[in-house]
Amino acid sequence: MSHLDNELGRIRTKVNEMWDLVEFQVRSGQEALVKGDKTLAEKIIKRGKKVNEYDLKIDQLCENLLALFNPLAVDLRLILAILKINSNLERIGDTAEGIAGLILEANAPLEKDLMEMSRVLEMYDGALLMLSEVKRAFVEEDTQLAKLVMRQDKTLNKIHRNTDRVIIDYLKLHADNIDQSLKVGGIIRKLERIGDHVTNIAEEIVFYVDAKVVKHKPKPWKEKKRKADFQDDPNNKGEETDQENAL
Amino acid sequence: MNSLESKDLNLYYGDFHALKNITMSMKKNEVTAFIGPSGCGKSTYLRCFNRMNDLIDNVRITGEVLVDGVDIYQKNILVDDLRKHVGMVFQKPNPFPKSIFENVAYGLRVNGSKDKKLIEERVEVSLKQAALWDEVKDKLKKSAFELSGGQQQRLCIARALAIEPSVLLMDEPASALDPISTAKIEELIYELKNDYTIVIVTHNMQQAGRVSDYTAFFYLGELVEFRKTKNLFTSPKDTRTQNYVTGRFG
Repeated sequence: MSHLDNELGRIRTKVNEMWDLVEFQVRSGQEALVKGDKTLAEKIIKRGKKVNEYDLKIDQLCENLLALFNPLAVDLRLILAILKINSNLERIGDTAEGIAGLILEANAPLEKDLMEMSRVLEMYDGALLMLSEVKRAFVEEDTQLAKLVMRQDKTLNKIHRNTDRVIIDYLKLHADNIDQSLKVGGIIRKLERIGDHVTNIAEEIVFYVDAKVVKHKPKPWKEKKRKADFQDDPNNKGEETDQENAL
Repeated sequence: MNSLESKDLNLYYGDFHALKNITMSMKKNEVTAFIGPSGCGKSTYLRCFNRMNDLIDNVRITGEVLVDGVDIYQKNILVDDLRKHVGMVFQKPNPFPKSIFENVAYGLRVNGSKDKKLIEERVEVSLKQAALWDEVKDKLKKSAFELSGGQQQRLCIARALAIEPSVLLMDEPASALDPISTAKIEELIYELKNDYTIVIVTHNMQQAGRVSDYTAFFYLGELVEFRKTKNLFTSPKDTRTQNYVTGRFG
């Protein structure tokens, strides 16, 4: 194995270790939420320092590799992708800490009804699945899996969009539980952000492996739905406007 | 507009097939870099454009090589005239054992120019184009050998520019120079591309990345990939190119 391959392997190992730490933070957040376990919530926050250390270390390793090895092609794309994956993982860690903070502030374990109505645990399952699948996509350089992960974000977004309505409905029945309702709303918003960060990571994996930029571009599944909606719309009178031509 | 072009070009050194069906074209006022491992044919291909290979025994060429649309291997082509249009700079600086001034004026004199004022003007312009004027304007009568390696290489570039070619071929022009002289040559290439079509052979991929608009990767006499430089170095299409630019060759 060449010197460059060794260095790239070292950085990959660090990224995978950081990924494990962040996954632990998110997974433990779910457990702490269900059990109302404040000790575990504190552990999540403490683990954030370790994540930050990894963030700095990976940045430094990437800088050194860029300066000393002048990587090109797939190696350059890997390093550029890792710099962004690192940043997104660090933010996921921060978000998990934020959730842990909300759990610490809660005056009692969350009401079962509230958790069921808000689908917060379903949201957690979705975010955790995305996080572990995107890691597998990175390790196995599997862009099909990365694209699948991007689609999974739809579920999180759907639950998030309904949150305000669900919480209002819940409060109509449990007007005395405003504090917990707001906290669950906050947790769902943060989990939705985790979904966005994981999607960003999946886009970087596609860039690294396939040399294709998919961020900020209409996703095929979104485009398909948009076209179907357009055709179903009885008010549409003619051809679709080509967005590029319109611009 | 294409300045340099080859169609189905094959070159043989005796029985050795050194260039295999090379078809490519290089645009006017662009810098094209040739990269590839030693012996891949990139310098051989470069030398086809001013017929330097004619000087080697047992060379056989088939196909077409065009400079500004003219097939330069036609029988009626005068090689001396061709080389007025296609200047060349080599790996090692090779100034003549003459003064700095006479090195640059040499090409003009050989081509019959006798107008002293015109020669002086061309020498000054060429030295300025080669970013050497400020360093030598007070010692034009001194021997070219008194210059540093980097200055000598820029003097050779000035000598090539003096006869006002439209194309400049550079065969590893900075490989024998220190980093500061290399940077000056690279800066010079960047400036010169406004007026010249430049082709550079280099083993330094970072240099190819810095100075060229297009890059061609050669391997075992074949043109493997020819694309915009930024694309070739970030997302090469061919596995052989990918392996070469990432240093995983062989």
